Amino acid sequence: MTTYAHPEVLVTTSWLAEHLRDLKLRLVEVDVDVLAYGQGHIPGAIAWSWSTQLADQVRRDILPQAEFENLLANSGISNDSTLVLYGDNNNWFAAWAFWQAKIYGHRDVRILDGGRKKWLAEGRDLTTEVPSYLRASYRASAPDLCIRAFLPQVQEQSRNRLPLVDVRSPQEFAGEIVAPPGLPETAQRGGHIPSARNIPWGKAANDDGTFKSYDELKALYGDEGIDGTRPIITYCRIGERSSHSWFVLKYLLGYQNVSNYDGSWTEWGNLVGAPVEKGASGRSARAA
Amino acid sequence: MKPEAYEEKQLEVEGWPLRLTSYKLGVVFYCQADNVSPGATLVRETGSSREEAELKALEVARRRLSRTHRHRV
Repeated sequence: MTTYAHPEVLVTTSWLAEHLRDLKLRLVEVDVDVLAYGQGHIPGAIAWSWSTQLADQVRRDILPQAEFENLLANSGISNDSTLVLYGDNNNWFAAWAFWQAKIYGHRDVRILDGGRKKWLAEGRDLTTEVPSYLRASYRASAPDLCIRAFLPQVQEQSRNRLPLVDVRSPQEFAGEIVAPPGLPETAQRGGHIPSARNIPWGKAANDDGTFKSYDELKALYGDEGIDGTRPIITYCRIGERSSHSWFVLKYLLGYQNVSNYDGSWTEWGNLVGAPVEKGASGRSARAA
Repeated sequence: MKPEAYEEKQLEVEGWPLRLTSYKLGVVFYCQADNVSPGATLVRETGSSREEAELKALEVARRRLSRTHRHRV
């Protein structure tokens, strides 16, 4: 079996259990469900809220550089810290935090393979104690926008029929639903960006929350024509699910040119006049 | 403390898949309900037994899932 292109970005639950007391290690839980941390978390972990601490609170954007520096410094994280991220739901939002950490150039950031789910299922230690760390000094790099796609790039990618990976569910892709079941609709139209391929993000994970093997992942994307020979853009509804797929393509498969479109469907599906395709096979439809 | 009796079950509610994840921490049972795809949490409940926590979670999840609108494609 082939190993991942960058196996150093993953840690196992057993590795983490042995390294919880490492002074250079900082552990951060980032969940979809912000109540999960308070009910029990891995000893030594702090929590970041995806909605209030990993997003600009005024305009729709990721954290500005100064706020990212402040967040990490306040979390006791310095530039040479080993930052290990984990979360619920197969590390969905942990991957979002990983993506932002890479945008701002944090060198050693890793994801706990299997995340919160695997840790719980294995019956490992949890605590409700919230640790506090001395403020550190942190200097972020200028944002690396090679891994972030904006609307004009996505429009060009679609026009040129270059790989766009829609990682939402088949029902969202088809336009049958506009938001995941039980969540509020956040776009005016359903469907997908013309030329996109539908590869739901969860297909990259095993039942225990760990990532599938290199060979399985290569086949999963390769079957849809996504093989790393051309630039790839991932998207979903708000850019978080797609950061998980971005992580897989960029770090586990090692494809060079992969970016995440965090505007995603809540941008495209609300644009006046934007082309939209509906149906599983991509039937063209008028946007309005 | 260590989580005990971790269990996942999947069922269909209001025509949508729903996953209930439950476990015990100390004397409290926790149950989280998510919508399977993508797995967004719909509700997290507690109870003195697994059944109680699951029932409470199921009730809220049912209400939320029933509001999901299917569009004609």
